[in-house]
Amino acid sequence: MPSEEKSSSQQPAASSTCRIGNAQAFWGDSVDAPARLVSQQPDLDYLTLDYLAEVSLSILAIQREKDPSLGYARDFVEVVKSLVPHWKKGVKMRIVTNAGGLNPEGCARACRDALQKAGCGHLKIWVVDGDDVLPIIRERSDEASFRNLESDDPIKTVLDRLVTANAYFGAEPIAQALKAGADLVITGRVADPSLVVGPCIAHFGWSATDYDRIAGATIAGHLIECGTQATGGFSTDWLSIPGRDDIGFPVVEVDAGGSCVVTKPAGTGGCVSVPTVKEQLLYEIGDPDNYLSPDATVSFLDLSVKQAGKNRVRVKGALGRPPPDSYKVSATYRDGFRAHGMLTIYGRDAVKKARLCGAGALQRVKRAGYALERSLVECLGAGASVPGVKQAVPESALLETVLRIGVADHRREAVERFSKEMAPLVTCGPQGVTGYAVGRPKVMPVFGYWPCLIEKRHVKPSARRLES
Amino acid sequence: MNPVKKIPSAIRLGQIAFARSGDKGSGANVAVFARAPEKYEFLRKYLTAARVQRYFKPLGVGAVQRYEVTNLHALNFVLPNILAGGGSRSLRIDAQGKTLGQAILEMKLKR
Repeated sequence: MPSEEKSSSQQPAASSTCRIGNAQAFWGDSVDAPARLVSQQPDLDYLTLDYLAEVSLSILAIQREKDPSLGYARDFVEVVKSLVPHWKKGVKMRIVTNAGGLNPEGCARACRDALQKAGCGHLKIWVVDGDDVLPIIRERSDEASFRNLESDDPIKTVLDRLVTANAYFGAEPIAQALKAGADLVITGRVADPSLVVGPCIAHFGWSATDYDRIAGATIAGHLIECGTQATGGFSTDWLSIPGRDDIGFPVVEVDAGGSCVVTKPAGTGGCVSVPTVKEQLLYEIGDPDNYLSPDATVSFLDLSVKQAGKNRVRVKGALGRPPPDSYKVSATYRDGFRAHGMLTIYGRDAVKKARLCGAGALQRVKRAGYALERSLVECLGAGASVPGVKQAVPESALLETVLRIGVADHRREAVERFSKEMAPLVTCGPQGVTGYAVGRPKVMPVFGYWPCLIEKRHVKPSARRLES
Repeated sequence: MNPVKKIPSAIRLGQIAFARSGDKGSGANVAVFARAPEKYEFLRKYLTAARVQRYFKPLGVGAVQRYEVTNLHALNFVLPNILAGGGSRSLRIDAQGKTLGQAILEMKLKR
């Protein structure tokens, strides 16, 4: 099988550009996307897949409680299986992903077993972990440490309810694994752009203090980390985007200086234009002169964004400075339970009726003995997305609304009691209540988000090869 | 003639700009991009942090910070505490600030 030899992980010679794709923006994104992107763009050097949002790890923690061998994004194992035919054909693309979640080693083992079964056991799998700082936080939780970055509250207010605490690692351990010949690098929590910076450092042999280049690669990583949001998805001008049902996932061609061209595979829908790239550049950004990542502090203020061909946009001019001395930590804690119920109300004065239905349901829960800690009645269609902001159409003109009631309480039974009060509205509410087909609202645990910092000297990233 | 003067005295922001919003914990950001350089000057002059703060006041927003990103003809607004808890904690339909970009483009901007 000569193809297998070809696909083994010899170091590619440092070519003038490093071609990196993203085919997963979050856990739940299209599962077909990775194999499709690789078939559309077989010359990719690296494929990055991002699975972890801010509170994803708390969901993985629940999985791991039920089965200690879990705690990672299981979808990724299916993705690996879907890529086997491409590896067998000889593609050289290597994968960098944070699918490891809370258990990168467990994820790597599952991938190894799947690859061995499929005849691709020669692929080298590396694990990056050490990002779990929960034990350190529990040991060192003095008054000054781990304060909430938003509220400045001390960690002791949630210490006994903490579920996860993970530091956002940077590119260094990923680069180390790739330099050693890894075909798949499976990490826990890493900063999203570092999934791209790591491959660039390995590919071009940059030093960790090449801050301008690393800043450029950080920008490239930030641009593709949300998948199709760079290629026409989520655009203000979405109605003018071509091929909306098949928007291509993004590819960046990073050069040795850290500039990049954002593009997408030929023949796919969507578009890469100055507006689509600009929108994604400032997505979830605070101070554009001080974008903090574990690899560099980046300024966006000298960037230039220019069309350089059809569906090709060149981004250059990133400026980098040294990164902070601390890692950002994303911790989650248990914060009670919640449920949401929805019903459609049609007819004259629909919004007025909906508000009365909502108040009535909450009143009945109260009468049953539960004064709920938090509740919210929303009328979807009447501007509930931005409550209180003046709407073009007045509420009284609407003939239809969706009533949505949300409640939260630390007592599970209080939330459960609420979940029984939606259905009665079908018969005791006004004429025109419909859409009660989904059954009682599901009671869900709430996980609060606790962003904080940890000094780098307390944490040691580990990169190692998984034994075959 | 000053190109800013060609813009009528009251317009809907979406006529001269595009936008994108996203969450940052219990806060959010919304970036507003001028569709042409002269429109950026108009935005810089009239789309102030105070006006944006007033517009989003019903959502409970804190002190709005505005950053000028002249090279992108953009203004980036950081909107603390606008998501009533954010992430999995907020009870609102838009706990992640996905709609704030569309909302700001509906703003009527007066000189």
